[in-house]
Amino acid sequence: MKAEQVKVCILRMEGTNCEQETYDAFKRLGASPEFVHLKQLEGRDTNEGENRSLEDFHILMFPGGFSAGDYIRAGAIFAARLKASIKDDMVKFIEDGKAVGGFCNGFQIMVELGILPAFDSTMIEHPDAVLHANDSGTFECRPTLLKHVNKGKCVWTTKLDEGELRLIPSAHAEGKFMLPHGSQEKEDALYQRLFDEDRIVFRYADTEGDTDAAYPFNPNGSRFNIAGLTNDKGNVFGMMPHPERVFFRNTHPDWLRNRIGPSEGDGRSVFESVIEYVMENF
Amino acid sequence: MFTVEVKVGLKKGVSDPEGANTHKSLELLGFGEVKEVKSLKLYRMHIEADSKEEAVKRVEEMCMKILTNPVIHTHEIEFL
Repeated sequence: MKAEQVKVCILRMEGTNCEQETYDAFKRLGASPEFVHLKQLEGRDTNEGENRSLEDFHILMFPGGFSAGDYIRAGAIFAARLKASIKDDMVKFIEDGKAVGGFCNGFQIMVELGILPAFDSTMIEHPDAVLHANDSGTFECRPTLLKHVNKGKCVWTTKLDEGELRLIPSAHAEGKFMLPHGSQEKEDALYQRLFDEDRIVFRYADTEGDTDAAYPFNPNGSRFNIAGLTNDKGNVFGMMPHPERVFFRNTHPDWLRNRIGPSEGDGRSVFESVIEYVMENF
Repeated sequence: MFTVEVKVGLKKGVSDPEGANTHKSLELLGFGEVKEVKSLKLYRMHIEADSKEEAVKRVEEMCMKILTNPVIHTHEIEFL
């Protein structure tokens, strides 16, 4: 398959605000993205010819921003509406090996939807994790250093080497990744599964690459500095920081001071990886 | 018709930055007698149901499906 045949659904609803950068990232790499409003998938309040089906796409992308005011919890309303309307289509999409990605609010939606981490099935009935309020109690908005720790499972980061550091901005108030808060033993076992099954993709780090670095390097207090995760198959991927904001080097915060390095920004590889995955597999 | 309040709180041990920051502000404003603040969310709804039991069953479903994330939240249901 050629890049232009890779069809990307950029899914949005009221409050989504990072869809343009996400669309542009795919478009600049030659793929065929399309803005799709949730109602077009639900088949509700649409005009003739506007309805879309997930079947028409290879990549489903949840961009960042907000959704439905982020009332109740960030991403909860978007997730509830998806579950109520196209749950079965989504499960099939994932089980067919197609790619699903989400950044920031997109990641929050995916966790509320039960497709990440989704320990025991493709989409679980009730969330098995949460992105809780940052420990600082404030909206954290600044560049963050991420260490790519995935050993090859995640199809969204195959173009990154293991151990590579990338500077990708974060902007969120609810990004503290947490697993069920019961006994310490059970919680530890679930984190161990994430490590053993190669589901952790990015961890916050300091300039030396230390993934135990505390605040401010870890902006939200996530245990083990978890910033991005994948599912069991590696085709569903969510991360709190925003790779679409650093597609080009000149949108990096140090560009005016240094003007060095390649023209590619640190977030570009994420889009390149998933497009290549689709081209090779569909 | 029943009027129901659902109180959503955080499980023991889950960080509550909103409560902690409110506590700090109260202390700074001279309310030193406040020893702890916990944030809660309250939903009040009017529900049509044949019985109280039926209403409780439906509200429990609502809590599991959207009003809470069972990973970190507790909930209490009260009839007014």
